[in-house]
Amino acid sequence: MDIKLFNISKTYAKERVLHQVNLNIRSGQFLSLLGPSGCGKTTLLRIMAGLENFEGGQVLFAGQDTANWTLKERRVGFVFQHYALFKHMRVAENVSFGLRMLPRRERPSSKLIGERTQELLRLVQLDGLGERWPHQLSGGQRQRVALARALAIEPRILLLDEPFGALDAKVRRELRLWLRSLQKQLAITTVLVTHDQDEAFEMSDHVVLLNQGRIEQEGSPQELMDEPASPFAANFLSLKPVRSSRRLQSFGEGLQ
Amino acid sequence: MNSSSTSVRWVAAQGLSRLHWQKKLGQGLLIAIGMIFFVLVLVLPVAAVLTEALRRGLSPYFEALLAVDTLAALKLTMLVVAIVVPIQTAFGLAAAWAIGKFSFRGKRTLITLIDLPFSVSPVVAGLIYVLLFGAQGLWGSWLLAHNIRIIFALPGMLLATLFVTFPFVVRQLLPLMEAQGKDKEEAALMLGASGWQTFFFVTLPGIRWALLHGMVLCAARAMGEFGAVSVVSGHIRGATNTLPLHVEILYNEYQFVAAFAAASLLLILSLFTLALKNYFAQKLPENGEGVVFHGH
Repeated sequence: MDIKLFNISKTYAKERVLHQVNLNIRSGQFLSLLGPSGCGKTTLLRIMAGLENFEGGQVLFAGQDTANWTLKERRVGFVFQHYALFKHMRVAENVSFGLRMLPRRERPSSKLIGERTQELLRLVQLDGLGERWPHQLSGGQRQRVALARALAIEPRILLLDEPFGALDAKVRRELRLWLRSLQKQLAITTVLVTHDQDEAFEMSDHVVLLNQGRIEQEGSPQELMDEPASPFAANFLSLKPVRSSRRLQSFGEGLQ
Repeated sequence: MNSSSTSVRWVAAQGLSRLHWQKKLGQGLLIAIGMIFFVLVLVLPVAAVLTEALRRGLSPYFEALLAVDTLAALKLTMLVVAIVVPIQTAFGLAAAWAIGKFSFRGKRTLITLIDLPFSVSPVVAGLIYVLLFGAQGLWGSWLLAHNIRIIFALPGMLLATLFVTFPFVVRQLLPLMEAQGKDKEEAALMLGASGWQTFFFVTLPGIRWALLHGMVLCAARAMGEFGAVSVVSGHIRGATNTLPLHVEILYNEYQFVAAFAAASLLLILSLFTLALKNYFAQKLPENGEGVVFHGH
């Protein structure tokens, strides 16, 4: 499903955090909102999810205005930085939560819910861990539970709020490659919020660079890297010169 | 050389052991002071209540306990608890939810106001209600004209008890609600849960032990409250006498065995709530998971 944002502005305590942002997200695209902390990227994501209100403008899901939609009607899969798992539920109960909360006439039988849960656990490679408690899992495993939980409601879009922020570097790298291939397999429109340009460049079809509530530049990772449009973009994107050369290398490999 | 180093070591060892003993002595002294204070202030009075109550043996004790007025006082006390605790639970949940999960103007003021009953003397709290609802009070004549009795009746006692037990549930829930944040509720809502489903399946399980802890503290205070209730009750025996008030009446009438028997009843109730409270307090760290395990 495609998403369009028109003219989105947002003010927090008299401070403008978003200035008339326009954004087009194509169906099936993996898009990253990239920028330093405080640039408004998380606020923009939460506006798409319907968790924040905004001043003026429109958020369109497949061409329809979502202004009066409830969170439930939006059917958005959202993954939080700190997982937000329900600690008092087992892994399988976490994953099946969205299905179990459906009104009786829409709810699948408990047998069907069980099967669907197992399917999702297989999908996120947590086969056989359904009976564990969240605190018995590693950070990477927990984030995959959160992802399975979000996918259970067959969301129209997947929104990821710094999903790897709380993980160590090695797990982070493994997870992002895995998540990217999963996203391609499911062909689900996905928006990732991150402050890590490696992450954004490695995973995305399209990168949107934000600065102080405005879109500084957007384009494919290649475009952003080849032609930074402003001093801010050039500066932000070359924060880590050593790693960026490695990144170029891996892109070269990808092209071959 | 060798012998002198040995003697140096010996002296050092002596010094060390003297230090060690001084430390031990200091510790022992502090513990002793603590224990003596504890015995004098807590254990002796409790023991005195029981010995006074049982001074003439078991049968006068039970006779006093089963006296009509004492049973009526016990019943009234239980009635007050049964009404006040659910109200404070509902209010405490709502207030802690609003304060913990949202930011709004006047939030700090509201938190300060919730603590007010801790700093206001209960007698003053009782007087406030007399001033409002008493015969000479602000709304007294209107109430009298419509034959509504608040002061010297159950409603007044409930109001006074509500006032003094106001902070207990909120105070238990607030830190937890603030620490847990809104993530989980937002996740539940986006997964399609309704507001009530979110409350019952996500919020409530996360705070249940703190809530029960707060309810027990609230119940204990409601049972034991003397000052505020005393002002509004009118001490009508068998009608508006709660257990603490009854104890005072009996004592003033020199019915010592009966007074201490009633007091022992209160004591048993409070020991029971203390045990409950400890049980729930032990369970509390489970809630901490929400905070502690955030890392990974």
